Amino acid sequence: MTVTGTMESAATRISGPIVTASGMYAAQMYEVVQVGSLGLVGEVVRLVGDYATIQVYEDTTMLKPGAPVRCTGVPLSVWLGPGLVGNIYDGIQRPLPGIQASSGAWIRRGEKVDPLDTERRWTFEPLVRSGEVVTAGQAIGQVAETPLVNHLIMVPPDVSGTIQSIVDKGDYRLIDRLAVVETTMGMRDLTMVQQWPVRVPRPIRERLRITEPLITGQRIIDTFFPIGKGGAAAIPGGFGTGKTITQHQLAKWSNADIVVFIGCGERGNEMTEVLREFPELKDPRSGRPLMERTILIANTSNMPVAAREVSIYTGITLAEYYRDMGLSVAVFADSTSRWAEALRELAARLEEMPAEEGFPASLPTRLAQFYERGGTVTTLGGTQASVSIVGAVSPPGGDFSEPVTQHTRRFVRCFWALDTELANARHYPSIHWLHSYSEYVEDVGPWWKKEAPDWVDLRTEALTLLQREERLQQIVKLVGPDVLPDGQRLVLFIAEIMKDGFLAQSSFDENDMYCTPERQVALLRIILTLYHRGRDLIEGGVPLARIRSLGCVPQILRAKSAFSNTELEKLTELAQRITEETEALAKEFTKEAT
Amino acid sequence: MDTTFEVEDRGLQYVGASRIEGPLVVVERIRDVGYDEVVEILDAAGHPRLGRVLDVSGNQAVIQVLEGTTGLSNKTLHTRFLGESFRVPVSRQMLGRVFDGLGRPADGGSPPLSADRRDVNGMPINPYARRYPREFIQTGLSAIDGMNALVRGQKLPVFSGNGLPHDRVSAQIIRQACLLEEEVKFSIVFAAMGVKHDVAEFFIRNLRDSGALSRAIMFFSLADAPSVERLLTPRVALTMAEYLAFDCGQHVLVLLTDMTNYCESLREVGTARGEIPGRKGYPGYLYSDLASIYERAGRIEGSPGSITQMAILTMPADDISHPVPDLTGYITEGQIVLDRDLFQRGIYPPIAGLPSLSRLMKDGVGKGYTRDDHPILASQLFACYAYVKRVRGLADVIGEGELSSLDRQYLEFGEAFETRFLKQDEYENRSIETTLNLGWDVLSTLPRDELHRVSDALLEKYYHESEGTPVHEAPPQGSVSG
Ligand SMILES: Nc1ncnc2c1ncn2[C@@H]1O[C@H](COP(=O)(O)OP(=O)(O)OP(=O)(O)O)[C@@H](O)[C@H]1O
Ligand SMILES: [Mg+2]
Repeated sequence: MTVTGTMESAATRISGPIVTASGMYAAQMYEVVQVGSLGLVGEVVRLVGDYATIQVYEDTTMLKPGAPVRCTGVPLSVWLGPGLVGNIYDGIQRPLPGIQASSGAWIRRGEKVDPLDTERRWTFEPLVRSGEVVTAGQAIGQVAETPLVNHLIMVPPDVSGTIQSIVDKGDYRLIDRLAVVETTMGMRDLTMVQQWPVRVPRPIRERLRITEPLITGQRIIDTFFPIGKGGAAAIPGGFGTGKTITQHQLAKWSNADIVVFIGCGERGNEMTEVLREFPELKDPRSGRPLMERTILIANTSNMPVAAREVSIYTGITLAEYYRDMGLSVAVFADSTSRWAEALRELAARLEEMPAEEGFPASLPTRLAQFYERGGTVTTLGGTQASVSIVGAVSPPGGDFSEPVTQHTRRFVRCFWALDTELANARHYPSIHWLHSYSEYVEDVGPWWKKEAPDWVDLRTEALTLLQREERLQQIVKLVGPDVLPDGQRLVLFIAEIMKDGFLAQSSFDENDMYCTPERQVALLRIILTLYHRGRDLIEGGVPLARIRSLGCVPQILRAKSAFSNTELEKLTELAQRITEETEALAKEFTKEAT
Repeated sequence: MDTTFEVEDRGLQYVGASRIEGPLVVVERIRDVGYDEVVEILDAAGHPRLGRVLDVSGNQAVIQVLEGTTGLSNKTLHTRFLGESFRVPVSRQMLGRVFDGLGRPADGGSPPLSADRRDVNGMPINPYARRYPREFIQTGLSAIDGMNALVRGQKLPVFSGNGLPHDRVSAQIIRQACLLEEEVKFSIVFAAMGVKHDVAEFFIRNLRDSGALSRAIMFFSLADAPSVERLLTPRVALTMAEYLAFDCGQHVLVLLTDMTNYCESLREVGTARGEIPGRKGYPGYLYSDLASIYERAGRIEGSPGSITQMAILTMPADDISHPVPDLTGYITEGQIVLDRDLFQRGIYPPIAGLPSLSRLMKDGVGKGYTRDDHPILASQLFACYAYVKRVRGLADVIGEGELSSLDRQYLEFGEAFETRFLKQDEYENRSIETTLNLGWDVLSTLPRDELHRVSDALLEKYYHESEGTPVHEAPPQGSVSG
């Protein structure tokens, strides 16, 4: 990075992460600056006369007025190229393994490590020939970044023209010139790496409608509250209700091509856990280690707060870059509340007028901008691709009426509401079936119809049953279950089975943690079969108690963990057993009646 | 008024201040002062007090006086900037000794001789350099070991209330905590913030009686110490802990009590600075501030040591949604919640069954760690106990007599769980085997078919029809159990 700027730029005031500097008449908004003798990285966030207000991404302890401030002339940008996948970065894209190599287990201030390895050689295979006309976003070649990721080397969004020269297939470094493009503005060298400012969305050709679900392998999500590829979902919940575990589950099992996980203001150990687990876990579709498609951004709660604000943008920019290759990318942000709080903290230091609960008035705009960077699109290169976003929200006291939850709700179409009571009862995931919703059901219905023609009906019937149960529980709370007729107590009974045998899903159980769409439908069908049969039996005068004690009941409850995804025939057998047992029961009673 | 300065043999010294308000002093016309620099302020009698710089601009520094501003005057106070951020000496020789909240000897002994002085703010641990904690710590308390197991390197706070026995529970944990295989003893770093003398004494006595005093270092900022001092106490203690763990390779158990007092001091400073208050008047950065304390726990690559953190806090009005427990819960790896109702019913330790949680338990128990049945047993106990709570609610409305026989069995199970499994003596140290077997004993008061979470194989092995339990033949009437 070249350092320009004037000699006389110097800090005049230091208040935590906010530094004011004078002599900054040449500075631009959101330009990166280096502060003090350690060259702490900061970003210009306000300009008044020749004074600049800078938010510094590193600890400012012992920084003094008079410390030199150097401008770099460029906005905060990330490097985009092979080597991102499998890596873990801090909020401003410094690679944490590189930082460890230079400063040990602790993150020292002023560390400067390139985001990507500039010495490593990648095998580049050209996809165009010299003389060809190329446009922005078009692939000029490809690199096998990992066995799962074919990394397209694309013409940057601001370049188009005629290929003057291009290298042959071979091993090159990131910074080696691969091709020269003649543009209307002159010759441009293309390498494997591009830089892009994190606060600017990467351009696309057009937005498309969402038609396909992001399959997560989580029953309550896929079957009840699906998220579309390119969709946005929020997962709010009090502490310990399961936001992180759910997001980890999604990061593991979703059918996305690339996963970007942003640990924003959360625990260090949770990132370590991903680092330890993902290389061991196999992607259920390709059988390859999950780390081969995952990028991690870690700005843990004890890292500087300004870098927490920017980590979200860093993550989403990397996601957009892979989307531009035509891939489907899923972004997980844990937690967007910590990001919003970073905004609040910085706004307070900047002495901005607060709006609701101290948050800056720009909070809703900032949230909208973030979620708008997701979507299903036609890329500049002309392929269909998507960025799906799942943001955790951590409302104070678990109360959803606070500003971050409320505003987030406006910009997402899928809301997975976690419930403290369910979590306390160890019903996981504690996504509440009555308080959650998805507006993608219609969009993904046709996809599911191909998978299972009765998906919509099963789903509707199951949700209706759970709603009825809720109403009946109100009565039960007042007078006990005994006054209800057997028909209604059957609803309570089946709802319990639905909760335990279908909605609850353990992240730690080998067979249960990932459930294929076919198995989800099969399990739901089994439970509803018992319901339908039970209804007939009760009409035929069979007491509920007899239905409850059928031998198949405990089997239904254990089916989700007793059988694996490949043992669908076991579920067919179970369905058979339900039929046999209920038929036997029916016979017994018709005999009695005659 | 303006500050003047005079050069003394001990360096530049500023005389006077333009403002004194709450714990803050504003000094003008300063030169070469750093953010967060340590300051010594001399009162009229020449007694020094420590402070640190919260905000510095061209010619003005806002100083937070850690030892209170009582008796300071604008005219007479002298200020010296010490040229570095707050540092404390660290050495092994400090084991067995007592210090004040800022790390100065409080036992009449001499200051520790060590050239190794460390910044109390520490540095963030690189997540890439962390080692994931997974060794099970046996505390000898069934409620913890069986259902909310603690692992080495975890941060697990105790959420308590006034008058609840959090001190006794944590003293028992300190006394009994051990690993299953190794014979390594924990070193103990104890930080007391704003608690009374008798609490400090209680812990000293306990440590002495169990022979652990020589392995302990204590930092006391007691109720009568200036409240702002407390802001540094946990940081001083954790700096020491990091040294013992990651330089000396020891396993350190850090006890911080009471974090609610700490947060109140933070609120006091925020108010004095005229900051926009957040919930209940606490500053908006309370989360980040607490995280800078709680995240200083765990294990790192390349060091055999570990820091296990137990922070005690009292929930004002027993309200778990109060900002202090709420934000703590968002940072720590679970929480042990004490329950007034259980305590009033004579159950010690009164560890609440449902709201308590250990997030790292999953990685430290089960096959190869404790026993194969441990995770499932815990999960089933939680599920059944959750149902007990529902039945109790129902029984309150319709009366116990109206409950189905199965629901009545659940009530019996609840009773057994609380009085046999949870309840134990303050000096009873249960092995994990004992705890797990006890868990199966109480589960066995329920019919076998009710234990949906347990596989047939495990049921075969551990479920036993306990005598005196009605054998469950006739299907229950009118139950909604799940
Ligand atoms: N699907 C699940 N299966 C099994 N256990 C779960 C599941 N979801 C959550 N849990 C349990 O709940 C605990 C808390 O979950 P998690 O850490 O995801 O909460 P969180 O909502 O992210 O909390 P915080 O806001 O404090 O970060 C986990 O440690 C785990 O024990
Ligand atoms: Mg979490």
